[in-house]
Amino acid sequence: MGGTVSANHDRANLLEVRGLTKIFGTLTACDHIDLNIAKGEIHALLGENGAGKSTLVKMLFGSLEPNSGEIFWDGKPVKITSPGAAKKLGIGMVFQHFSLFEALTAAENIALSLNDGSPISSIAAKARALSYSYGLPLDPDSLVGDLSVGERQRIEIIRCLLQTPQLIILDEPTSVLTPQEADKLFETLERLRSEGKSILYISHRLEEVKRICDRATVLRHGKVVGHCNPREETAASLARMMVGSEVKAVVRAPAEGIETAPALLEIRSLSRKPATPFAIPLRNINLTVRAGEVIGIAGVAGNGQGEFFESVSGEVLQQDTGSVRIRGKDAGGLSITGRRLMGAAFVPEERLGHGAAPRMKLSENLLLSRHATDGKAFVGSGGTVKNGAVYSAAQRIIKAMDVRKSAPDPEAAALSGGNLQKFIVGRELDRKPSVMIVNQPTWGVDAGAAAHIRQALIELARSGSAVLVISQDLDELFELSDAIAVMHNGELSTPLPIAEATFEKVGLLMGGAEPGHAEHSLEVA
Amino acid sequence: MRIELVKRPQRSALFSMLSPFIAFALTIIAGAIMFALLGVNPLNAFEIYFVEPISQVWQLHELAIKAAPLILIAVGLSVCYKANIWNIGAEGQFIFGAIFGSIIPVLFPQFEGPLVIPLMLLLGMFGGAFYASIPALLKTRFSTNEILTSLMLVYVAQLFLDWLVRGPWRDPQGHGFPQTIQFGDSAVLPELMPDAGRANWGFVFALVAAVAIWLMMSRMLKGFEVRVLGSSPRAGRFAGFGFNKMVFFAFLLSGALAGLAGISEVSGAIGQLQPVISPGYGFTAIIVAFLGRLNPLGIVAAGLVLALTYLGGEAVQSALGISDKVARVFQGMLLFFVLGCDTLIHYRIRLIGMALTKSKGAAQLEAAPKLGEAR
Repeated sequence: MGGTVSANHDRANLLEVRGLTKIFGTLTACDHIDLNIAKGEIHALLGENGAGKSTLVKMLFGSLEPNSGEIFWDGKPVKITSPGAAKKLGIGMVFQHFSLFEALTAAENIALSLNDGSPISSIAAKARALSYSYGLPLDPDSLVGDLSVGERQRIEIIRCLLQTPQLIILDEPTSVLTPQEADKLFETLERLRSEGKSILYISHRLEEVKRICDRATVLRHGKVVGHCNPREETAASLARMMVGSEVKAVVRAPAEGIETAPALLEIRSLSRKPATPFAIPLRNINLTVRAGEVIGIAGVAGNGQGEFFESVSGEVLQQDTGSVRIRGKDAGGLSITGRRLMGAAFVPEERLGHGAAPRMKLSENLLLSRHATDGKAFVGSGGTVKNGAVYSAAQRIIKAMDVRKSAPDPEAAALSGGNLQKFIVGRELDRKPSVMIVNQPTWGVDAGAAAHIRQALIELARSGSAVLVISQDLDELFELSDAIAVMHNGELSTPLPIAEATFEKVGLLMGGAEPGHAEHSLEVA
Repeated sequence: MRIELVKRPQRSALFSMLSPFIAFALTIIAGAIMFALLGVNPLNAFEIYFVEPISQVWQLHELAIKAAPLILIAVGLSVCYKANIWNIGAEGQFIFGAIFGSIIPVLFPQFEGPLVIPLMLLLGMFGGAFYASIPALLKTRFSTNEILTSLMLVYVAQLFLDWLVRGPWRDPQGHGFPQTIQFGDSAVLPELMPDAGRANWGFVFALVAAVAIWLMMSRMLKGFEVRVLGSSPRAGRFAGFGFNKMVFFAFLLSGALAGLAGISEVSGAIGQLQPVISPGYGFTAIIVAFLGRLNPLGIVAAGLVLALTYLGGEAVQSALGISDKVARVFQGMLLFFVLGCDTLIHYRIRLIGMALTKSKGAAQLEAAPKLGEAR
């Protein structure tokens, strides 16, 4: 593994990092990191969650100050003290989480971040020209709220390109795109490379790293464990470098006797009007999940998945109580607590602020979703919380899910995304729910942790529960689902059994290819 | 030139703890400047303001009388504020508690016995809770801003009380003075130690309420619910906690405690209803709540400090001839410095020149995370 082959040895380095170290308390997040990025290369930064990727990138972008180490830009030593300084040098960044105002137009959003006082019209013209020249068509006058996630990402990229950076840092850029949209993005990146710009590409999708990246630097536990040419590696060998051991492939035993198994979750003609001007209405959704099976719901973000999750979880109640049925009983009129007491468990997409309260400890976050279902164990007479029982249950989950943390019972916000996700999924699995509904189970989670979570979901199903997984990650859905349905514009297709499903078929459905969908597009616009 | 607040990555635990003390020290310094400008020796003034009012036992009783309503109200408000619900109208709830509790001694003065006081207290709590339910209802039904509605209802309550004591409830034998009849003996809240001073059971209620609310907030599921809904409402909804229910719970609880403070004050310290029954306890309690860091036990200490500012104000008025509005100035400065210190724990100040912003400087990057939050 880990060859040191580099196609770009002869080229000058745009950025050199020597011995960069960042220490948080007792944790060395980045330990003497060395990294070279040549001019005109796409350089992958690989690593599990908590490996130090974000810390490294934050130091390069000036939002964190290193404890020691040097950064050379174009051969000259520099100190990057603030994001402003990074931008001045020519470092641009496209974040995984967009920061856009939905009620403003694309051009207005760009103007806000440029902050140089030039008129909106000239910014719009520049953005339009730039977007077409890079094959990222974008109408600067459209409202962000009306745009798809892929289009929103284009705004972020164009916003970054308008500042003519030499180095562009992209954090998990394809996690929100359809396969077709991702292809488009890769073309743009190759175009930028041919212009001599450098790209630092953070991803855990090894196939795409192999496809577009020239070199890769792999981090593990805050240290560089190798530089390699990803094209000469296999996905398995890259994963091995990241995790340090063999990543267990997810095993999905064929489900047997599903047709006759009892339906544990039934959605019948579920419709919902849009709650806000930017929400998607749900249109007559029907779905049955039986004991023992995993059903996946694919779809580009923002096609009603969030609204669907809220409706099924009971955060929003239904008029027609029969439109959501759990274990054969009507649940549409019950709150989320009522549905939990019927045996359902939920994992929302947003970890911080929805699935977990950021400023509360893990043990308190355990209580968050289980104060009613485990009332006997966790809440004593008179409504007092049994802190000891909650704490030991939290430790049990932390151990079962291999959650890595810096303190015995840290605040949720102190964990890396993947570790918090392991805790949140583990919190529900620990109950052995008979119906489990998960929205984006491994979003932004590294390969090792993702495999762990997926395997746990399959095992839950095979032990007789019904599992419904909503995800934008097609690889994931193909790995764990017995059937895949696609959500587009608030409608759900009939599930395709996994044996019949292909990337192409599902990709087309995600784009709205199924007949009968077209008529709605007018109505929404 | 522009001033920006930039969020600090870490909060200093040490300064979080020290902040009320720093705020108090800054208040003293600013107060010294104020006394000097008024032409009084600051040291002398401080002795009269802060030391003399508590140098004898009977004065400590006076302190307890002033502190009791502040603590009772502030403890209730702390629950509201922890839940991110902004009840600014405790003054009105205090008045309504006093009015409801006074129904028995004013309208049924012939009703006497040991049941009178408990009934009055219950009615007082009910009155305060009832009055607090109005902004709660408006907020949950019509999404009105509770800061505005609860504050405006204070003026309604003040004028309603004024009308009552000048009109239907005026003492017919009172020579036309705007006040009700003196409460009968069984309607007066007993004093704790009549030989030593005037302090009444109101102070005990305040301590009991502080301990009870502290237990609720730190040990009970209800307190957890308050904290979750206050810090991340969406996670609270995911937990199955209803925000509207919480609005009512917080308003009714704080209203009831303010009402209890109101009836205790009227039945204990005053003995009848008058046009004005509170020197702004309901507003000062907001300062007490924050100075006590929204912790009921901290509030007990903060309540005693703020009670001292009232006594000190009276003392400097009689000893030095300075207006007792000085008390309000001290309270205002204290709140200002407390909030200022708290802000600086979470943020640091940065000055940004125009030249920098022109060259698309750092400002936009500070803006980026804020945009994210706004979503």
